Parts: sequence; structure tokens; C-alpha cells
Amino acid sequence: MWRSYGGLAAGTAVIAALCALPAVAPTYYLHLLTLTFCYGIMAMSLDLLVGYTGLGSLGHAAYFGVAGYVVGVLATTHAWGFWPAAAAGVLAAAFTAALFGLLAIRATGPYFLIITLALGQVVWGLAYRWVSVTGGDNGLRGIARPVLAAGLSMGRIQVFYYFAMALTLVAALVMHLIVTSPFGLSLRGIRESESRMRVLGYNVFLHKYLVFILAGTFCGLAGVLYAYYNGFVSPADVHLVASANALLMVILGGSGTLFGPLVGSALLVFLQNMLSGITQRWLTILGAILILAVMYAPRGVVGAARTLLARGARVRGTRVSAVEQSHTT
Amino acid sequence: MRRTLLKGGLALAGAAAAGGLDRLRPVVYAQPSPAFRIGFIADVTGNVAPSGRDMLDGFQMYLSEKNSMLGGKQVQLIVEDAGGVPANALTKARKLVEQDRVHLLTAPLLANEAYAVRDYVAERGTPMIFMVASADDLTQRKGAPNFVRVGWSSSQPSHPFGEYAATTLKYKRIAVIGSDYAFGYEVVGGFQKTFEEHGGQVVQKIWTPLGTPDFSPYVTQLRRDVDAVYATETGVDVIRFAKAYRQYGLKDKIPLIGGALLSDESLLRGMGAPEDATGIITCLHWAAGLTTLAAKKFVDAYNAKYKKDPSYYAETNYTGGMWIDTAVQRIDGKVDDRAAFLRAMLAVQLPNAPRGPVRLDSYHNPIQNEYVRKVEYQNGRLVNTVIHTFHNVSQFWTFAPAEFLKQPVYDRNYPPCRYC
Repeated sequence: MWRSYGGLAAGTAVIAALCALPAVAPTYYLHLLTLTFCYGIMAMSLDLLVGYTGLGSLGHAAYFGVAGYVVGVLATTHAWGFWPAAAAGVLAAAFTAALFGLLAIRATGPYFLIITLALGQVVWGLAYRWVSVTGGDNGLRGIARPVLAAGLSMGRIQVFYYFAMALTLVAALVMHLIVTSPFGLSLRGIRESESRMRVLGYNVFLHKYLVFILAGTFCGLAGVLYAYYNGFVSPADVHLVASANALLMVILGGSGTLFGPLVGSALLVFLQNMLSGITQRWLTILGAILILAVMYAPRGVVGAARTLLARGARVRGTRVSAVEQSHTT
Repeated sequence: MRRTLLKGGLALAGAAAAGGLDRLRPVVYAQPSPAFRIGFIADVTGNVAPSGRDMLDGFQMYLSEKNSMLGGKQVQLIVEDAGGVPANALTKARKLVEQDRVHLLTAPLLANEAYAVRDYVAERGTPMIFMVASADDLTQRKGAPNFVRVGWSSSQPSHPFGEYAATTLKYKRIAVIGSDYAFGYEVVGGFQKTFEEHGGQVVQKIWTPLGTPDFSPYVTQLRRDVDAVYATETGVDVIRFAKAYRQYGLKDKIPLIGGALLSDESLLRGMGAPEDATGIITCLHWAAGLTTLAAKKFVDAYNAKYKKDPSYYAETNYTGGMWIDTAVQRIDGKVDDRAAFLRAMLAVQLPNAPRGPVRLDSYHNPIQNEYVRKVEYQNGRLVNTVIHTFHNVSQFWTFAPAEFLKQPVYDRNYPPCRYC
């Protein structure tokens, strides 16, 4: 029991620290954290598929990019306001996921991986070649951050930082509700044994299809946030490398832990930007860290932390019931 | 026991990594100090790393010649790697401006990276010097007061070269093959405009994706009833294209001319066989085969230091260093006065850069010589020898700027292919 209180306390402490940060930290760290939030929502949404349903996707950047490009086109060439453009971006991502889901859900395992990869590259191809709409390789530029209320311009990084943090919290809570709901539990059942769930009378296809659309929608939210933060989108944001990065965040943070990918996103964003300022061999070091992480923390940073906490609890003589332990793994 | 072993191993690995980190640190970095801070957005990893390396080499060579003093001011060079990814370039720009409070930024290599940082840097007002990124609009329709370009705009050498191909080389019909992105469109667009205005006809345009692994399907599509083929590929694509062009027997039948990168020194080094490249004619504001005193001095020094011929990436960064040096000298090192610094940067005129005289037009793009270069094989290496010089060429060539800017930026379908 104490563990969930501990988790709550830790979460509150982190949020409080993040809230106080703009007062003390240099703005560059706010930029990195805002990026962390954008990629974090993306990685958490991917965790719905990878960690909870057992669907490894390598095309997740597609929904991120579709949302970003829709916002880009509407905000620049059609001069739409923030809310309608953002809503359209999220809807477009949901619609894309609904379409791609029909094609991809029938496959499993590596076949699912390859189909999502191919579909993702289709979106990349569109972004790269449909020059009249997407600006091709140059990307779309000039997506201005909106003024929320009088005097509260999101152009200031402090304001945008709070906005991104609030959005991330809401998204994380909603996703948490989803994975702890009966629907979420049946997703885990599908992950463990699809055939058994089918025999028990669950509509497996529908479950997978719905979670696929949900993941795409949340990813679209991340894409919208990112487009307004950076002020531009380019084909690199839709590329396979971007999808692979999201998967790395999930693995590094701990798949099937939901908040883990957020931690993974922070790790990757900070490591990449800090290391690359120190040495040109930063990719080598990053690679070594990833290998070490997979070897010594196969369930990610959050998974490893939970195991350590559980061990500490045992040492202190607190009884950890078998049921509770099985919940955490 | 096992666990202690593991812990010990991890600690060892950590210590080794930390030691390695220290040794790998390439440059002084990052605490704001009274020095003159220059933020260098480099691309030393990723797809464009070879050219990115040349950029850094060229700039650091100038710095080391001056003992890291520009205009009498100690320089703190802060290098950040963006890996050729637009979003990373923007994050690095934010870091250099907000964290390191640099006095001057250097623009990243690729046009898409330059566009990614454009709005942010224009808004912050930090002076930014463009040495490689050549997207036309950065000094045409989308310039900014704090942008200074000492490199080139993509279509700048193409304008005189189109005229040269029609009037001097006397080609009438040309087939074009080019990289399928903005840079390719702009290089081809400028060439097509002046070539056709002087009676030539572009009868075919083929666009190839960046990173084409095999050029056979494209080379075999090229029309054979033309006087020449104009090619503008990028990076290693150049090497693969040149190889396919010769292997399919076109090299001996149809002359090959093209955009500057087709014979850039950084790629000539990597040609599979010298015959792939000999005889190619291109045009740019730089050639390692230039015989002027300033050029020779630079080429010899660069060769002595890095054991290779300087590409335009290296030359333009060396000249960039010279440019900054001159500007800082003029304001007695008072780089904290941003307005004065910017005014000085815009007023610089270099009579003796390696490439020749350079000054800016009122759109902040250089006016400089353009050299028509022919690749020759001399003493065991491929060299761009200069066969013709156009003096003091502006990005608008002979057109009136206002008129020129009324046309759209060169694009995949502009100018249209009327004779295809």
C-alpha cells in the first residue's frame, strides 16, 4: 500500500519542482523540458500500444507529423486560430490512425512492425514530395504561438512551458484512467494471450483497433504541441528515425509503465543535447548508455526503480503481498 | 559476490567514460565570459558530416592562424552539433543564444536547418552569418536585418553559367537531372532562366531523390539527342551519378556540365575513378585550382594542415572568419554593442579573400566573382581549373532586383519546362 502513496508523493514533488523551475532555471532548460513534454506525450501514447497491448509500432511519428502538418497548413496559409487549428490537427491524427489501423491491426508481431513502418514512410513521402502544400524538404515555417488571454502570450517560453506541462499532465491522467479501466485490463489480457481472450468472448480486433486510434489521437496532441512550440514542421519530424526515437524512449523509460516513457523522453532529450555539446562522439556514448540500460534495466528506468523499491520494502520487513507484486510487473 | 563484481565493473566503466569524455572534448565550451563568443552550429554527425567537418576545419584554421583572436578580441568558439536535423538545429540555436549568450551565430549547413532557425534568430536579433546554407530566399524574399551571408545564394552561379553554356559553349539543347529538393530546384531554375533567354532549350528534367543508391534507372532515361547534360546532385549522390554516367557510356558521347557540387573538392576526393570526373564543367565562386596569390596561399596552408584540397565549405568558413575579424577590428572589439557590430558586419569589404573580392549587396548577399571550372587530372589528383571568370556577380545577375523578386522562388515546376 505504501508504494502507491510513495508514488503519489514522488509525483507531487516532481510536479511542484517543475512548477517552481521557471523562477530559478535558465530558459534553455525550459526549452529542453518543453521538448521533453512534446516527446513524452508521444512516447506515452506509444506505450499504450507497445507496453499495454503488445503491439510494437515503428510508424508512430506519422500521427505526430500529420497533426503537425495540419496545424502548419491551417495556421500559416489559412490563418486559422489556435483552438480550431489544434482541434483539426488532433482530429486529423485520429482519422489517420483510424485508417492505418484498419490496414495494420490484422497483422501481429514483426508483420505489424513492418506494416506500421511502411505506413509511416508513406506519410513521410507525402511530406517530402507534396511540395505545394508541405513545403517539401524546407518544411513549413512561421507557425506563430497564440496569445491565450490578455497579456498572456505563449510566445514567452515560460508561459508555453506551463501550458505544455498542463497538457502533459492531463494527457497522462487520461491515459492512466484508460489503462486502469476494465478496457485497459482487457488490453493487457490481449497482450498476454490473444487466443484466450477471444475464447472468453472479447472482441480482440475491436479492442486493438480502439487503442490504436486512441494512441494516434494522443500522439496527434503531442504533434500539435510540438508544431506550436518549434514554429515549424519538416519531413524529419515524420521520418522513421523519429518513430524509432519514440520507441527508444518507451524502452528506456520502461514499457508498460505509462509514466516511464515520460522519464525516457527526458533522459533522451537531455542526454542528446548535453552530450552533443561536450563531445563529437556523443552518439557513441548515447549508444553505450542504451546498451547498458537494456542489459541492467530491461524494464526501463521506472521498472528498475520499482524493483529496487520493492526490494527495499522487503528488507525493511514490510509485507508485500504477491498480488500487489504481480501488479507492478 | 556477483553483485559487487557488477558494481565494481560499472564504476570502472563510469570512470573510463568520464575520462574519455574529458579527452574527447574538442573545444573550449560554455561559460559566459568577457570573451567574444561565437556559436557555431555544426553538422559533424549524420548524413552531411563530411561537408560539416570541412566547415569546422576551415573556420578553425582561420582562428588558429590568428591565435584565437579576431579583431584583437579573444574568441570563445562554442561548437554545437545538430547532426543535419532541422529541429536539433533550432534547439542548439536556442541554447547558444539563451544559455551561452553568444555575440554571433553561424548558420547551419542545410537549407532546411537554416529555415528552421530563421524565425527564432530573426526575432532574437542575434547577428547570424550564413556561410554555406544558400537558399535563395534567405537574402531575397525572407531576409532579416541581422542576417549576413558571406557564402552564396543557390542560383547565383547558375545565372552566368546558363548564359555561358548558351553563348560560349554554344549548346542548344540540354537535358537536366537534379536532386529533388529546394536546393536542386534553385540551382536548376537559375540556369534554365538565363540559358533559355539566350536561345537554349531545356528539353528534359529528371528529379532524383536524395540518397539515390543506384543511378542506372535515371541515367538510362536521359535523352541522347542533346548537346549536353546538366546535372546537379548533392553529397555522395554526385559520386554515384558520375560513376553511372560513365559506365553507361554517356561520358564519351555527351558533355557533362552542372551545378557547383558536381565537382566540389570534397567529392572529387572520393570519385571512384578519375575518368568519372575529368572534363566536367561547373561554376562557383571558388575553385581550389585558382591561381591568384591569395587562393594559392590558402590552398597550400590548408593542404599542409589537413592533407586535402579545400572545398568551398572550407573556403567559405575561412573567409567567414576573415569577415568577422575585419568587422570586429573596425569597432575596436566592442561586440557587446550589437547594432554597431551588425553595421560593421554589413559594411565589410574583403579585397583579398581566397576566392577574390567580396562585398555585400543591399540584400546582405555577397557580390563576388564566379568561376567557370573544368575538372582536370593533374599530378595524381582531380583539380578544378578556372577557364573563365565572371567578375563581381550579384545574386540578381543582370536583372533589376525589384523585377526579379516579383517572380516566384525557383521551384520544381518553375520555370516551367516549355520544350520538354
